[in-house]
Amino acid sequence: MNNVLEVRNLETFYGPVMALRGVSIEVPQGQIVTILGANGAGKTTLMKTVSGALSPNKGVILFHGDRIDGKEPDELVKKGLAHVPEGREVFPFLTVAENLAMGAYTRNDRVEIAKDIEMVYDYFPILRERRNQPAGTMSGGQQQMLSIGRGLMSRPTLMLLDEPSLGLSPLLVQEIFTIVRRLNREQGVTILLVEQNAQVALQAADYGYVLEIGRIVMAGSAEKLLNSDDIREFYLGHGSSGDRGEKRWKRKKTWR
Amino acid sequence: MDILQLLISGIANGCIYGLLALGFVLIYKATEAVNFAQGDMLMLGAFLGITVINSNYMDMPFLAGLIAAAVVMGIFGYLLDRLVLRGIFGQPQFAMVILTIALGFLLRFFAGVTWGYDPISLESPFAGRILELGGLTIPMVDAVIIVATVLLTTSLYFFFARTRLGVAMQACSQNQMAAYYMGIPVKRVNAIVWALSGVVAAIAGVLFAAKGAIEPSTGLIFGIKAFAAAVIGGLGSLPGALAGGLLVGVVEPFASRYLPSGFGPIAPYALMLMVLVLRPGGLFAQIKQKKV
Repeated sequence: MNNVLEVRNLETFYGPVMALRGVSIEVPQGQIVTILGANGAGKTTLMKTVSGALSPNKGVILFHGDRIDGKEPDELVKKGLAHVPEGREVFPFLTVAENLAMGAYTRNDRVEIAKDIEMVYDYFPILRERRNQPAGTMSGGQQQMLSIGRGLMSRPTLMLLDEPSLGLSPLLVQEIFTIVRRLNREQGVTILLVEQNAQVALQAADYGYVLEIGRIVMAGSAEKLLNSDDIREFYLGHGSSGDRGEKRWKRKKTWR
Repeated sequence: MDILQLLISGIANGCIYGLLALGFVLIYKATEAVNFAQGDMLMLGAFLGITVINSNYMDMPFLAGLIAAAVVMGIFGYLLDRLVLRGIFGQPQFAMVILTIALGFLLRFFAGVTWGYDPISLESPFAGRILELGGLTIPMVDAVIIVATVLLTTSLYFFFARTRLGVAMQACSQNQMAAYYMGIPVKRVNAIVWALSGVVAAIAGVLFAAKGAIEPSTGLIFGIKAFAAAVIGGLGSLPGALAGGLLVGVVEPFASRYLPSGFGPIAPYALMLMVLVLRPGGLFAQIKQKKV
């Protein structure tokens, strides 16, 4: 299978902290791959390293077969890699339309950009309604939609989605993930998704990795992960109950 | 009539303060640090204007000289960011404050060595000419300053609101990290902001030199007053900078006219103090809230 992204033995420092300790992942064409992990596992560091905001100390990143480790984000955006950052990070005083236009900063084809803005509005109708409103005045969910829409504007082949569910209501999370799946199918965008919400992430994804303290500790198809005891216990919160109907000791993770 | 007369000359002065304050705000928004050499950039721009326009130097027409000075200062600003300030990119903001203060000293000494320490004035085609307007006598220089400021600020407004680069500059100042992710070349945009602030400083400097004499230390006092204007307007707002400048410009002549002597020079700072107490964010503060 064709890999859009390949990461091999990546090591990145976040200040003095070694946040990634040799991570290798593969993201095949047209799939949604998710990376699960708790706070501080290194998920966001991995995303930032792939998108060029951080430089790795060791390791190789291949994007469509070309090495991209250590390159600047503006170059990578042109190559078709979009990063939708954690916490939305919209431009608060720019209007929705201007935010979207900034997403297409690396492109020069006015007509096509206008078409793509319409496409984003079709996926997120609320954005069309609010196109002249400053982005900072919108609700968290709307800002998340704008952030994803803005990421689409560079016509990416690979989209890095960093915690799109952050701070949103369960209903809104469902809505956003439905659209993410549609984008994947209809626009053919390959998606690398980072999530803490393992349930929704695994339902949307084809394949998943579990990241813990800078290492990949588990990998498998989304189905396999959903049914794995470890994932169920530690990420989905289905605690196994003993004979007396209550948990009497903390189970150890089997991957240790 | 007297009041109107004072008001017009105050507005003309205020325009120059406003333009200089605009330079402060441009840099502050782009880098979140204050460029304390802004006043000295105005001084340098003024001397450049004198050099290209005055008959004992290069004797160019006024408008051509103005453009030449603006272009040179624009290149100066760009190179300053490219060669000096990028070296301290990522350092604490204090590093840049100290650096710009040092730069101010350098520019003052450079100007003193090159043009001497005696005041020089610019030979402009409208020096000494007066417009009579329904009983008002307006020095032509003041009228030119006001018109030029209006033209410059409107074009700046359209640049920031309508052009791709202008909107990108706003984006960079609002969320630098996101701008970086969008593929906006943040560092190059910052260099262009420095160039722009150099251009604005040069235009303000040439206009100021056409009104009064210039000497190497002019920029220091002027810069502090314009900084007060920028603070009054709210350091993050371009319209606020202009409004703050106008306010300072207008308050000054009125205070020296109607208050006991000595109050005139204090008035701008008293105003700044008052604004800081009553509205700490400045008159045109942009209130920003991040939703989680």
